[in-house]
Order: sequence, then C-alpha cells, then structure tokens
Amino acid sequence: MTADVHLDAMTVRFGPFTAVDRAELRIAPGEFFSFLGPSGCGKTTILRTISGFIDPTEGAVRIGGKDMAGIGANKRPTALIFQNLALFPMMSVADNVGYALRVRGQSRKQRQKRVDELLDLVALGDQGSKMVDELSGGQRQRVAIARALAVEPQVLLLDEPLSALDLKLRQHMRRELRAIQQRVGITFIYITHDQGEALTMSDRIAVMNRGRIEQVGDGRTIYDHPDTDFVASFVGETNALPGRVLEMTGETAVIETELGPLSGVNPRKLMRGSAAKLFIRPEALRPTSGEGLSALVTAVAYEGNLTHVSLLAGATPLAMLLGAGDGFAPPSPGETINLAVTHATILPVSDAGI
Amino acid sequence: MLASDGHPFVLLLPFVVVAGFWLLSLLDPKPVHRVSFWKRNGTAVSIFLIVAVGLWALFMIVLPQLFMVEMSFRPKLPPTAMGGARDIYTFENYRYFLYGSTRDSSNWNSLHLTAFFTTIFVSVLVTLFNFLFSYPLAFYMAQVATAARVRLLLLLLIAPYWINEVLRAFAFRVMFAGSGVINRALQGLGILSEPFDFLGNNVALYMGLSYAYLLLLVFPLYNAVESLDRRQIEAARDLGAPWWHIHLFIVMPHAKPGIASGCTLVLMLTSGALAAPLVLGGPRTLWFTPIVYDRFYQAFNWPQGSAYAFILLLTCVAFVLLVLRLTKLSLGEMTK
Amino acid sequence: MSSRHILKLMTGFYMLVFFTYLFGPLAIMGVTAFNTPSYPQAFPFEGFTWHWFDVLFADSDVLYGLKKSLTIGVFVVLLSVPLGLAGALVMQQINRRARSLYYLVVVSPVLTPGVIIGISTVIFWRDFTTLTGMRFMYDGMVLTVLGQSSFIAAYCMLIILARLQRFDRGLEEAALDLGASHTQVFFHVLLPFLRPAMLSAGVLAFLSSFENYNTTTFAILADKTLTTVLAGRVRQGTTPALSALAVTIIAVTVLGAIVYEVVKRREDARRDTKLRAAEALDAQEMVAA
Repeated sequence: MTADVHLDAMTVRFGPFTAVDRAELRIAPGEFFSFLGPSGCGKTTILRTISGFIDPTEGAVRIGGKDMAGIGANKRPTALIFQNLALFPMMSVADNVGYALRVRGQSRKQRQKRVDELLDLVALGDQGSKMVDELSGGQRQRVAIARALAVEPQVLLLDEPLSALDLKLRQHMRRELRAIQQRVGITFIYITHDQGEALTMSDRIAVMNRGRIEQVGDGRTIYDHPDTDFVASFVGETNALPGRVLEMTGETAVIETELGPLSGVNPRKLMRGSAAKLFIRPEALRPTSGEGLSALVTAVAYEGNLTHVSLLAGATPLAMLLGAGDGFAPPSPGETINLAVTHATILPVSDAGI
Repeated sequence: MLASDGHPFVLLLPFVVVAGFWLLSLLDPKPVHRVSFWKRNGTAVSIFLIVAVGLWALFMIVLPQLFMVEMSFRPKLPPTAMGGARDIYTFENYRYFLYGSTRDSSNWNSLHLTAFFTTIFVSVLVTLFNFLFSYPLAFYMAQVATAARVRLLLLLLIAPYWINEVLRAFAFRVMFAGSGVINRALQGLGILSEPFDFLGNNVALYMGLSYAYLLLLVFPLYNAVESLDRRQIEAARDLGAPWWHIHLFIVMPHAKPGIASGCTLVLMLTSGALAAPLVLGGPRTLWFTPIVYDRFYQAFNWPQGSAYAFILLLTCVAFVLLVLRLTKLSLGEMTK
Repeated sequence: MSSRHILKLMTGFYMLVFFTYLFGPLAIMGVTAFNTPSYPQAFPFEGFTWHWFDVLFADSDVLYGLKKSLTIGVFVVLLSVPLGLAGALVMQQINRRARSLYYLVVVSPVLTPGVIIGISTVIFWRDFTTLTGMRFMYDGMVLTVLGQSSFIAAYCMLIILARLQRFDRGLEEAALDLGASHTQVFFHVLLPFLRPAMLSAGVLAFLSSFENYNTTTFAILADKTLTTVLAGRVRQGTTPALSALAVTIIAVTVLGAIVYEVVKRREDARRDTKLRAAEALDAQEMVAA
C-alpha cells in the first residue's frame, strides 16, 4: 500500500531560525520524489518532520489525507533510512531486518518468513546470520532498506543514504534503489545534495534553498527551465551574466550584459529595465566560424567523452563543454575563438542566489 | 536549640535539594524540540532512573555526610541524656582538636595537631615523589614503547594493583622487620652493625604509603600523555628544544588534567590511608586517620570522631579547590 | 658511547628500579610463604613447605571473612552497576545548569577519603534506622554494601558515561521509527550497546569491593570481612600464613589478567578478520558495479 504526502503550508522554526518556510507540496502515491539543495537548506528538517521527529511550528503534514499532528515517529506509516544507516551493531542482519516485527510482538519464528522474503528482495538471502560489521558498504545499504520495508510502510524516507559510498558503488546503488522502488511501488522521498542522484532517480524534484522550496518539477524541467537564479546555478554548471533587460519580444528578451546585448528565453516575463541574469549552460556555448562572442581559451581539460574548455571573454570567465560526438575540434589554450549561444535563460536576480 | 531537634530538619534537606534541582531546571532556557524526560525514557525506565539516582545521591552521599557533620556539633552523652537539656549544639569537639580539652584553651593539642600537619606534609611529599617516579614510566609507555610492550607493561602493572592495601603494607612490614631482608642485607654488607628500626622511624610507613598508591598515578598520567601527538615532540626536538624543555613546556601542559587528577587522587588516598599507618606505624608514629579511628573504637566518642572526620574532609575539599584554582581546570576535566 | 646509548641505558636502569620497587616487596613476601620458619622470613631460605597454605585454609576466621567479602562483592556489583547506569543516563539528560551541581554530588565520593564514607554511613544509618523503625537494616553487611557502593557506583558511572558519550542517537531514532516504544528502545538498543561498559564496571566494582579496607572497617560494625580479618592479624603479629594468602590472591589475579588478555586478543583478532573480509567484499562489489 502506498500513500500521498501533503505538506500543508508547513513551517518549522528552531527558536528565531526558520528552517522550513511555508512548504506547500503534494507528493503523489508511488512517486519517487527528491529534495535537492545545499546543506542547511532545510531538506533534512522536512524529512524529519515527515517522519515525526520534529513537529511543524505551523501548518501540517498529511499522509494519506490524515493529519499527523500528535502522532509519534513510532506510530506513523513512514520508515526512515538514515544517512549513516543506523543499523544496530549488536544485532545480526536478520534481527536488524526483523526488528520492526519484533517490537510488534512477533516471535522469531513468526517473523522468519517475512525476514527471508525481505532479504531476498535486496539480494541478501544467505547473509541473515552475519553481524552488521561483517558486511560491505553496499550490503549494509541493502540491510537498511530491507529493515525499513519490514512493516510495509506507505512512505519510505531516505536521508542521503548513499553519501558514504564510493562513487562507482553509488552509481550502482542508484539504479538498484530505483528498481526496488518500482518493485515495492510505495512512495519514496529522497534527500540529497547531489544533483546527479536526484536527476537519475526521481520522478520529480524539489529544489530547496534557505528553507524555501524554489522549484518543483521533473529533472528535465528543472535543468532546462529553471524558475529561479538559484535553481539555474545550483543544478548543473552554468555561466551567469548579470545585466538589465533591454527589450522583450514574446517569449524571449534581450539583456544588456558586460559582453554586450544577448538574447534568451524569458519565462518570468521580465519587463524592460529590470535587473536580470542571463544563464548559459556550458553545452549551450558552441565555437563558430561566423559572428559571435570573442573569447580567449585559457585552459582545456580532456575528460574522455567530454572536453571542458575554460574561456575568458573580456574580463568574464566562461565555461564550455564539448561532447566527443559534437563534431567540434577542441581549441587549444591561447587561441581566440568566436562563440555562438544556442540557448539561454533570463531570470530575475534574487538575493538568494549563490 | 536541642540537637535532637536537628533530625527532622536534616531529613527535610533532601527535599530542599530536589526543589533546588527543579528550580535550576526551570531556569534553563527551553531547548528547541527536546523530548521530555518521561517520554524519552518511557515511564518504567524514568521511574528507575529517579529512584536509583535519588537513593544514591541522597541516601548514600548527601544525607550520610550531613548526619556526620551534624553529629560533630553535638556533645558526647550517655543515651539517657539524649534529647535532654545538655543535648545542645556545641563546638566542643573542635575545641578538643585544637586545645586537647573541651573547656580549657590555654594549651594547644600538640599531639593531634602535629599528627594532622605531619599527615598533610608527608602526603604532599609522597605525592610529589610518586609523580616524579612514575612520570618517566608513563611517558615511556605513552610515547616511546611499542604497542606490544605497552600491553606487557600494563599487564605487569595491573597485577599488583589489585592486591589490597593491608597485604601491601604487610609486605613492607616483612621486608623492613628487624630480621627482615633489608636489615640482613645491610648487615651482611657491613653497613649496619645491628638492625635498624625502620618501622619505628617511619621509613617503612612512608615507603609503604608511596607504594600503596603509586599505580593510581601511573594510569591517569599514561592516559593523559598518550593523547599527545608524537609529532609535537618531534617538532620541538627538531627545533632544537632540550629534553627537559620538551617535558616541561610541551608534554606536561598537555597532560595537565591527568597530572592534576592523578596527584589529587593520590594525595586524598595517602592522607586518608588507614591500613598502612596501622600496620607499619610504630608506637610513636603520628598519622591522622588512626587518631580518627581511635576516637570511634578506643575513646567511643562518636561526635568527636565525626568532628575529626569532618576536619579531614574539609582539608580534602580545600586541596581539591586549590588544585583546581592552580591548574585552572574544571572538576569535570579532572575526573575524566 | 653516544648519547643515544646513554639514554637507553638510563631508561633500562630506571625500569629496573621501578619494577624492583613494584615487585620486590611482593616477591619477598611470596618467598616467606614457602619458607619453614614460623616468622615470615625470606632469607635465609630454610626449607620449602606448603604448610602455611594449610594453616591458611584451616583458619576459620579467614574463611569466614572470605565468604563475607565475596558476598558483599556480589551485592556491591548488583547495586552499584545499576546505580552507575542510572547516574550516567541522568548525567546525560539533565539540563546544563543542574549538571555541574549534580556532577559535584555524585563524583564527590571518589574524592572523599574512605574512612569518612565509612563513618558517615554508619552514623546516618544508625539514626535513620532508629528513626524509621527499620533497625534490622542496621547490619554490618548491609552498611558495608551501601557505604562501598556510594563511591563504587561513581566509578561505574564514569565508565558507563564514557561509552554512553559514543552512543549514536540515530540508533534510538531508528528504533523509534521502526515502531519501538521508548522503553523498548532502552532494552533493545541502549542496554546492549552499554553492555561491555557495564561488564567492565561490574568487574571493577567487584575488585574494588573485595580489596576495600578503609570504608569497610567502619561500616562492617561487629562483623568481619577478609580485609578486616587480615588487618587484625597483621596488627597482632605477622605469620607466613598471611604471605600464603597474598600469594593466593596474586595467583588468582594474575590468572584472571591472563585469561582476560587471551580473550581480548582473540576478540581483536576476530574483529580484524571480519573487518578485512568486509573490506574485501567492498572491493569485490566495486568491481562488480
């Protein structure tokens, strides 16, 4: 069984500090939903509030339509996977997995079947009798998942559980987590500061900054159509050029930057004269033989399938990314080249930008 | 006021203490999102915690001390006179400690006063000697020796640590006896022509006292020195610091909490030692604890004994405060 | 000769002096336990004998005291480990302002001379049992257990507190999240985590109780324990039977220490293998991923 989660104008304050500011959000049943943001942005507070370790100062958390106020962490239909996993070191793998059943009064015999089932689900069928410290990092991860799934929670909450793993294993576990989610079909709420994780696994992502939800959308929307300058600069690499809007025509606008007038899409319908920033993704810059921005190549880093080019246009540093199959010959340092901008976004300047 | 009226008053004190704690907890600014004590522990465990700590702190620590102090201000009376007109609070037990009489104050109680100050003086010397003697070992174990050797040394140290004080004192008595090994050896070497009375001259006592608590200094010192990063010493040596400079200005400041706690502990134990002076003391030996002991079991004067015990306690408190002041440490750092 | 050599020589000489001081008196006493003269004499060695051990084990007072000491030790463990546990948990939860006062109260017995603890225990319980009509509580063994526990519980608290500070509150939250009640968290997660510290505290409590003299000699009243019997004997006059007792105690201690060391080494070795196996698994997994 799965349930939707509704954050209803939820605010959490710690004394004078506002950790989460009027979060309003509906997470659909069975969705893989991620909160993405830098550390201290309030994403962990949201997770702990949903799981019941923190009470909202204002507003409410509703799970499956039911207000969770006054319901303790041990009574909610949620299960939390901790950042450090918090596996019980003095119990065996099977006892860890069966713990939720044990506290519900099931004897070891009664819970055996379910424990075996769960261990099979996470491909640890034969490891039940081992102690936790005899497992590898990836196996521990799976134990934590199996333990959380034991009592069939309607919502699984994950607090950066992959952050302790090596890069390669982390990528492997992303696929596996996604597969498990699809198998069990319940709502997953995932917290991370790693955009790669959020983009690869999630149905939808909420980008958070300083306690506020800046944008909610699927990965592509967030990357291609950021709503705020924070989202544009936090998700993925970008070149930001501040300036003032010169004119607007339909969906696009022209902005006067230190590199001269440049045009881009104008999703927020900024009016002429307002302060704005132009965001250009490194892969939206292309060398051109015709007219364009003139820039000096300062460094070229070859990364196999990609080539990372550092440029200097006037006094402004720019980054360009060339794919191996793009058909451009990488320039060499010291060269001056002309650049074309294939896609750019104009967004208002907020004090919350990085 | 009659002294026996004191008891209900003293029995009220725990409630005063509890109320004090409660008031203190009210003063504390309310921390954000803290689970209450009852909720965090569950009812059963909460009750256990409160009962256990209440029993321990009040009935095993605070009240006994208060009763002892209260008794020290009462006169020694036969049971029939208790609660009578003569049962009043008085300083006579303390007066006795100073003047050797409950009324007359013309002469000092030189026997008890000398014993008291000798005890403190010798305890300080013994502690100092023990520190100097055990510091090199602690340093060697913490910074020089290999892990395997440290393990062996710790094993060697732990074995004698658990032999009780009485037997340790007994060992010294055997060794220093008139026909003991030391005397025989010294005579055999021609240094002495007849046995020397080590016991009567307190040599055995002072050595026995030093021996009794030596190891209690090694362990805290070892722990304190061990946490020092070896590279600091190497850096200092590299910069040309002489060895004594390294110890005085690098190792010892780092180990200050350990040194303070070890020395305080040894000082307390030495000045409060009972077994060693009883076993190793000669008839002319002056030590304070046996005098306290005698107040109870020779003179059967409990109020006076209480007064003497309280004087010893106050001395210890003064010492702890002095050490804390001198080293600028908090009690928590020292008793780690 | 280089200064390095001199340093080494000096270290060696110092070690020799230190350990001679530490073991010399015990060794001499040990020898007297096996020497025939009726006065404890190490030299000259007049003949080997087990006689003094026979005398020792035929001594009813010593045996009575031993039995009492062991019984008291067990009760002290049973009382001071729970007290120390409660003390440590309260220490961790009490608010900041009250903590320093609380700390002062519960740690003070460690820095109080044992005789004073003994005296105050006797005085308080004499009056208290009379006042409340529980005179049966005024018993040497009861008072000794209470008096010793007042400071031994503080040792236990310090040991348990050290481990408690390494406790990951996340484990508590994980258990709550899985549906455990707060009481279940205590018994399923916190207590098992503290078990090693409680075991060490128990061992320390027993040994401290067994060897205690200063508090016991007051609190035991008319009764006697091994140490008070010993003290009485030693004051009356020395006999090699006491040396024999010391030898027995040393032997038991050393045996215990060796067993402890062996168990610990085996444990360490096992943990090492486990750790290495887990690391190998990690490496394998990386390759597979």
